[in-house]
Amino acid sequence: MKFKAMTAVAALLVAAPMLGMADEEAELVVNGEIEMVTKTDAPAHLEGALPEIMSGWRFRSDETQQTQMDDFDNPGMIFVDQAQAAWDTAEGSEGKSCASCHNDVESMEGVRAVYPKWNEEAGEVRTLAMQINDCRENQMGAEPYKYTGNEMTAMEALISVQSRGMPVNVAIDGPAQSTWEQGKEMYYTRYGQLELSCANCHEDNYGNMIRADHLSQGQINGFPVYRLKNTKLNGSHARFKGCIRDTRAETFSPGSPEFVALELYVASRGNGLSVEAPSVRN
Amino acid sequence: MMKWIVAAVVSGVPVLAAAEPVTPTDVSFDDYGSVEESLTGTPGDAANGAAIVGNKKAGNCVACHQVSALSDVPFQGEIGPMLDGAGDRWNEAELRGIVANSKMTFEGSMMPSYYKTSGYVRPGDGFTGKAGSEPLPPLLDAQQIEDVVAFLATLKE
Ligand code: HEC
Ligand code: HEC
Ligand code: HEC
Repeated sequence: MKFKAMTAVAALLVAAPMLGMADEEAELVVNGEIEMVTKTDAPAHLEGALPEIMSGWRFRSDETQQTQMDDFDNPGMIFVDQAQAAWDTAEGSEGKSCASCHNDVESMEGVRAVYPKWNEEAGEVRTLAMQINDCRENQMGAEPYKYTGNEMTAMEALISVQSRGMPVNVAIDGPAQSTWEQGKEMYYTRYGQLELSCANCHEDNYGNMIRADHLSQGQINGFPVYRLKNTKLNGSHARFKGCIRDTRAETFSPGSPEFVALELYVASRGNGLSVEAPSVRN
Repeated sequence: MMKWIVAAVVSGVPVLAAAEPVTPTDVSFDDYGSVEESLTGTPGDAANGAAIVGNKKAGNCVACHQVSALSDVPFQGEIGPMLDGAGDRWNEAELRGIVANSKMTFEGSMMPSYYKTSGYVRPGDGFTGKAGSEPLPPLLDAQQIEDVVAFLATLKE
C-alpha cells in the first residue's frame, strides 16, 4: 500500500504509452441498451478488504472494452448461438432436450445471478456447470459435458445471457456458509513456491502492472469469458487453475470441491456487479 | 573477497570448504534479515545479475519492480518499489538477505523467497501445475543470488 502513490506516478511515466491502456472510468452499455454496473460499493462482507468492487472489464484496453459493447462484435456470442441449438436438441436415453422441461431459455432469467447456490435435495453447493450436468445425467440420461469443455462454457454463457445486467447476488449464509468460509480461506492462502494468494494480486494490487498484465480484481461476474488469447469461452475454474499454476503450485481440478468453494467465495466478492457473460478479455 | 575469508575464519570454517555453497537451510539471517556471509565465497558478477533480474525465466524481478538501469527490458511491473538507488538504501548483507528471503526483512512481503526450498502450501513442479516434492530447487542458486546482489549494489542514485 505504501508504494501506491509512488507507483501511480511511475505508471503515468512508464505505462501510459503502452497498448492503449484501460480506461478505468469508462461505463459499459451493451447493444446501446443493457447498462452494466461495472463499479459499485463492495458488499458488506468485504468491509475492510475492498472499498469498491470493479468488473475486470474496467481494466482492459479500449479495444477489448469495445468488443464487449455490441453483440455483433463479441466473438463469445457465436458460442451462445451454438448453445441455443443444443438447448433445443434431444439427447440421451430419455429423448429429451433442455427445452422439453424448461421451455424457452428465457425461463433461465435470474439463474446465473444466484449461482453457485445451495441445492437442498442434493445437500451441496452447486455451480451452474454442476446443475447443467445433473440435468443431463439424471433428467436426460445423457453424457455429462466435460467441466471446462466448449459445450459446457457455451451452455453456461447461454444461460448467463438471460440474466445480463442483473446484479450478482449469491447467498453466503445458511447452509452455504461453510463452503463460503472454505473458499475465503483459499482466497487468502499463499500457494506454491512463489507464495502468492489471490488477495496478493487481486486485492492488494489491482490497478498495478505485474509484468505486462494490468491486474484486475479477479471478479467472475463476466464468466464465462471469451479470451482473445485462446479464442474460446473460458470458465472460472480454468482461470483459477491458471492463476494457481502461475504461483508454482500444485493446482486443483476444475469441478473439484475446492474450486466450487472458491467459486462461491469469489462470486460473492462481486455481489452487486452485473452479470456480464459472455464478457471479452485479453 | 577479504570479507568472506574473515567470515569463514571467524565461523571456524576452513577456507577451502567455502567452495561449497551455503545450503538454503543453513543461511543465517540476523535479527533484521541480513545475511553477512557470501553464499559461495565467489564475488558476484553484476552483469550476470542484471540479466537474471530482467529475465522472465530467471529472477523475473522486473515482473514487480522497475529498474531504470534495465530500461531496455519491456513491461516492468509496479508491485514493489522501484529498485533505483537500492545500492544506497541497503548494504550488501541486507541485499543478500532481501533476495535470499525477503520475508526476513519485510514481514509478510509479497516478494517471493529466492533461496528457500521447503515449507510451501501445495508446492508445484515449476509451472506445470503438478505436485512437486520438497525440497524444491531454490528459485535462484547460490551464485545467482550473489550475482543479483552484486548488480543491486551498483544501483546508486
Ligand atoms: C426431464 C426434465 C429436465 C430436463 C430435460 C432438463 N432439466 Fe434442468 N431442471 C429440471 C428440474 C426438475 C430442475 C430443478 C432441479 C432441482 O432444483 O434440483 C432443473 C433445474 C435446472 C437449472 C437450475 C435452475 C435454478 O433456478 O436453479 C438449470 C440451470 C437447468 N436445469 C439447466 C438445464 C439444461 C441446460 C438442460 C439441458 C442440457 C436441462 N436443464 C434439462 C429438469 C430438467
Ligand atoms: C501472481 C499474480 C496472481 C495471482 C496470485 C492470482 N492471479 Fe488471478 N489473474 C492474474 C492476472 C495477471 C490476470 C489477468 C489480468 C486480470 O484480469 O487481472 C488474472 C485474472 C484473473 C481472473 C479473470 C478476471 C476477468 O475479469 O477476466 C480471475 C477470475 C482471477 N484471476 C482469479 C484469481 C483467483 C481466484 C486467484 C487465487 C486462487 C488468483 N486469481 C490468483 C494474476 C494473479
Ligand atoms: C511478486 C512481486 C515481487 C518480485 C517478483 C520481486 N519483488 Fe522485490 N519486492 C517486492 C515488494 C512488494 C517489496 C517491498 C517490500 C515489502 O514487502 O514491504 C520488494 C522489495 C525489494 C527490495 C527492497 C526495496 C528498496 O529498494 O527499498 C529489493 C532490493 C528487492 N525487492 C529486490 C528484488 C529482486 C532482486 C528480485 C528478483 C530476484 C525481486 N525483488 C523480486 C515484490 C517483489
